[in-house]
Amino acid sequence: MPGASWGFKKMYSKVVTFFVSFLIWTLLCFSLDWQHILIGGLVSSVVALMMGDMFTDYPKKWFHPRRYGWFIYYILVFAWECFKSNIDVASRVLHPRLPINPGIVKVKTCLKTETGLTFLANFITLTPGTLSVDVDPENGYLYIHWIDVKAQGLEEASKIIISKFEKISKEVFE
Amino acid sequence: MNETIALIFIVVGITFDLFGCIGLVRMPDIYNRLQASTKCVTLGTCGILFGVLIKFGFSAAGVKALLCIIFLLLTAPVSAHALARATHRSGVKLWDKSVCDKYKDDKDALS
Repeated sequence: MPGASWGFKKMYSKVVTFFVSFLIWTLLCFSLDWQHILIGGLVSSVVALMMGDMFTDYPKKWFHPRRYGWFIYYILVFAWECFKSNIDVASRVLHPRLPINPGIVKVKTCLKTETGLTFLANFITLTPGTLSVDVDPENGYLYIHWIDVKAQGLEEASKIIISKFEKISKEVFE
Repeated sequence: MNETIALIFIVVGITFDLFGCIGLVRMPDIYNRLQASTKCVTLGTCGILFGVLIKFGFSAAGVKALLCIIFLLLTAPVSAHALARATHRSGVKLWDKSVCDKYKDDKDALS
């Protein structure tokens, strides 16, 4: 019965929304006083009832422990790449001759879900010399502004920019 | 000891914020300016907040700083993305010495 499974999925996603907003509320308050918990529970329930369907499309993904392991790896890679990109851009900014060679290139990705594409685009923006400009989700193309264009072709650019992150994003979000 | 490490993080963060501002002035067009400002300012601000986290530990203020880092990392690239897309759609040209513009080529091919 498609109707029943649809309702079940909606309820799941509301529960996930409730727990995520309640966790953020508790961290922001940082006190386990009963008044704080009561208000937090009420507000999180209202948020979950109103916005529960929008927050996540596939709520069951939140219960896979393997994804969390990959997510920690993702954060470590992300922090390192973010640091490298800052050194790179800062050196370009401070260089007297301004060594930039900019252009917009096109890359192909195999990610399909909205969450996966969003996080891939964020990752691209915060990694060395690249900034995502637009995304074409139907065909899986991303348009990327690159501060130092090394390859203009579709395959070469995809290989240099996203091949590494794509695999991790796929494990975490798809 | 904790004080020293926190101060080092805060000073490095402020330095990167400064580099971001210099990049904003020196770069030739809006896309390169977005690159400089997004990257350097994101890491710089995260560095300052991380210094606050180290100074206060996992107390009320420290955890708020940690949450700020997470929300900053989620929202800063999205705003840069929206700005770049809106700029390109409203017809702002790339810098003269830019190498290629595949986005414009594809849009011209469609229309």
